[in-house]
Amino acid sequence: MLRFANPTLFLKLVRWLMPLAALTSALLLGWGLYMVFAVSPEDYQQGATVRIMYIHVPAAWLALSCYSLMALSSIGSLVWKHPLADVSAKALAPIGAAFTFLCLVTGALWGKPMWGTWWVWDARLTSVLVLFLVYCGIMALWTAFDDPARAARPVAILTLFGFINVPIVKFSVDWWNTLHQPASVFRMGGPSIDQSMLTPLFVMASGATALMLALHLAGMRTEIMRRRVRNLSQQLARQDGLPAQSEE
Amino acid sequence: MDSPHAGYILAAYLLAGVIVAGLLVLAIIDDRTQRKALEKLEAQGLRRRSSVKTEVH
Repeated sequence: MLRFANPTLFLKLVRWLMPLAALTSALLLGWGLYMVFAVSPEDYQQGATVRIMYIHVPAAWLALSCYSLMALSSIGSLVWKHPLADVSAKALAPIGAAFTFLCLVTGALWGKPMWGTWWVWDARLTSVLVLFLVYCGIMALWTAFDDPARAARPVAILTLFGFINVPIVKFSVDWWNTLHQPASVFRMGGPSIDQSMLTPLFVMASGATALMLALHLAGMRTEIMRRRVRNLSQQLARQDGLPAQSEE
Repeated sequence: MDSPHAGYILAAYLLAGVIVAGLLVLAIIDDRTQRKALEKLEAQGLRRRSSVKTEVH
């Protein structure tokens, strides 16, 4: 695995892995959408609104997965100071923020017809909003530094500090009384959702995960290029005796 | 879809489409911008230090 933690080798790997992830994502999401609208039944209580679950739940899982991956990358950045680790963390932030935003808005769109309200300040909803704000803070911190190598350490520390919120999001429905329902898929005693809904949910979640992987790889490749552009611009400026122009 | 809540469902899927499309478009634009900038610099004869082979005697 560490063999691939070399930017040049990583770029070779991305050349075939990224299109493969994108194709897998398109196929799975296409199949998933067919199942959602043509195969899966309506819920006996919620009716057709249960169909919002097939995007809300994968978005929520990916919001947490992206942050967990970002925290792992931050450990790699702090402990081994590996440049690919902070490239990975930086590329994940906007993807995670987008999925968290999607989770919040689709949750509101599901909540209004089912709960009678767009929003309540319960532990689950509030902790997911905090997660979104942490993502925004991390992205802001990345852009606050001209030199990404100097930004890596403070961003990694902020990311690891923000990771405290991840188990709070996951267990908020168990620790506090919330309007949001408790876990119904990953729980002791197995999923409480019927198989006819569980299958399309997993297909949609797998498609969204493949999409996240494709976007992450593409983001990492672009970030590697951005750093090369920055280094070459500095090299050019040194040759010309001019101050280097920031590419950030 | 004849659900009384069809508007909510449609809005959720439209938003998901817009967000995914936005992520893809931003990724493509960013990739092209950096690729062009890199090609421009390399056309000026600049190379990364690691890609320049040095002979050790």
